[in-house]
Amino acid sequence: MTLVALAVVFWLVTWAVNFWAARSRWSATRAVRILIPVLFGLAVLALWQGITVGLNVPEVVLPAPTAIGAAIADNLPMLGLDFVQTVLKGALSGFLIGSAAAVIVAILVDRSPFLKAGLLPIGNFVAALPIVGIAPIMVMWFGFDWHSKSAVVVVMVFFPVLVNMVAGLDASDRMQRDLMATWGASPWQALVKLRLPAAMPFLFNGLKIASTLALIGAIVAENFGSPTVGMGFRISTAVGRLDLPFVWAEIAVAALAGSAFYGLVSLIEKSVTFWHPSQRGS
Amino acid sequence: MKRAWPILVVLTLILAFWYLGSIWLNAAWTHDQAARAGTAVGWRDLVFGAMNQERPVLPPPHQVLGELWKGVTGFAVTSKKSLVHHGLVTLTATFWGFVFGTVLGMVMAMTIVRSRTMELGLMPWAVISQTIPVVAIAPMIVVLSNSMGLGDHLGVENRLVSKTIIAAYLSYFPVLVGMIKGLRSPDPMQLDLLKTYSASDSQGFMKLRLPASVPYLFASLKVGIAASLVGAIVGELPTGAVEGLGARMLVGSQFGSPIMVWSALFAAAILAGALILLVRLAESVVLRAMGMRA
Repeated sequence: MTLVALAVVFWLVTWAVNFWAARSRWSATRAVRILIPVLFGLAVLALWQGITVGLNVPEVVLPAPTAIGAAIADNLPMLGLDFVQTVLKGALSGFLIGSAAAVIVAILVDRSPFLKAGLLPIGNFVAALPIVGIAPIMVMWFGFDWHSKSAVVVVMVFFPVLVNMVAGLDASDRMQRDLMATWGASPWQALVKLRLPAAMPFLFNGLKIASTLALIGAIVAENFGSPTVGMGFRISTAVGRLDLPFVWAEIAVAALAGSAFYGLVSLIEKSVTFWHPSQRGS
Repeated sequence: MKRAWPILVVLTLILAFWYLGSIWLNAAWTHDQAARAGTAVGWRDLVFGAMNQERPVLPPPHQVLGELWKGVTGFAVTSKKSLVHHGLVTLTATFWGFVFGTVLGMVMAMTIVRSRTMELGLMPWAVISQTIPVVAIAPMIVVLSNSMGLGDHLGVENRLVSKTIIAAYLSYFPVLVGMIKGLRSPDPMQLDLLKTYSASDSQGFMKLRLPASVPYLFASLKVGIAASLVGAIVGELPTGAVEGLGARMLVGSQFGSPIMVWSALFAAAILAGALILLVRLAESVVLRAMGMRA
């Protein structure tokens, strides 16, 4: 019981610190902006630890953070193998192929207003469909290994990226395009020097959506058949054995991988679209 | 009509490519059959052979539509073979997930807009929560809601509870982001005007910020309901494929019946389209009633 009380006290203290920091005159500084969410996260972890240990919550319901940490430390090589199989082979390869294909198709379609008028509404509609459903079909076509996962991811990321890229290629103003014309720029030059750079903020919008979709696709596809390695496979078998700390360890790795993936895309966005108002703000 | 024309052309092109693809991919079976019978294969055999196979690699569109039609109209609605039955199961989870996700997203958005502490503390975690692939957590949620017996307390199936949680988890984020944007959309002039009327904070909130956020909210609801459907389908996979469109896909893939998978996929697509249409309808009604659209 004391543990629970301690956790609650810790929660209240961090809350007070956060409240104070957000109102202080340093609230806009980088340090505070990082400190507050970190404290918030620590408070959640402490509360979690305090309640699971203090109230003797059975491990089958919710393992304590320390137990999860121990499971991570004990199974590092296995977690690494799963990471390579699911994230690098499945998700990343599909993400790269799908996004590249979408960008190329967008540039090709951009030359024909007719095709664009036909493809854009359909692309928008398909982007809203539950495309994860093609996972079983891809597993039938490409087998159990990572190729089928990659194929699912290709289809899943294709449409959001396509729709955003097509919108991005329209983003430059009339005036700017006229300026290119007065300089006698060829369509190719106008594309490379004006329209592609102008499309980048839109493209990265699509890529960020795609980065979260990619992991979802790769993991779902493992439900429909996989070799004996991979995060989705490992999670479902570990749930079957009720080895919950290990399940949470896999979840932690998946969460880290997902956040790192998203962070990486944001970082590249920052260096590519440094000129955009949304990046110059702070 | 002028706008429909290019769409129709592109759709026809897609259909044509689909037929070509199924002829190409299903050719192996025809070749097999011909080799067994010792006959030669002409192009005519390839085309007709691809159209009506039991287990095609890529079923042609008419086969998928036929199976879909059979699934919808061929059985009583309560039958386990009826796609309507499975669609309704998925729809229930989608609906509740959407409701809870929307409420959660709206409440979070309101607290974030009103409190800077909450904004700085909560917002980064909301973003991180979406980069975590929810499907990794899905089996976990299933076990958790089963072991806690949440459904028994509420008088519904445990399976529905876990699917609802997953659907809500996927759908709250777009609502949160859109709602924050909407609540912050009134410009300083309008806020100043309310100040000159000496309106209190909560009056300003109710009379200006909340109404201003409605168009943004509806834009997010369209994304949210699609995400909710994905969540419901994904949530059906680790529950052992009992009911629902996701379960249909899993069963189809385990029994090696591609047509079943395709028809479930199309049923899900139609459901998604109908749901988005419904939200769009509600949007135009509400916005008109609020006088935002002529």
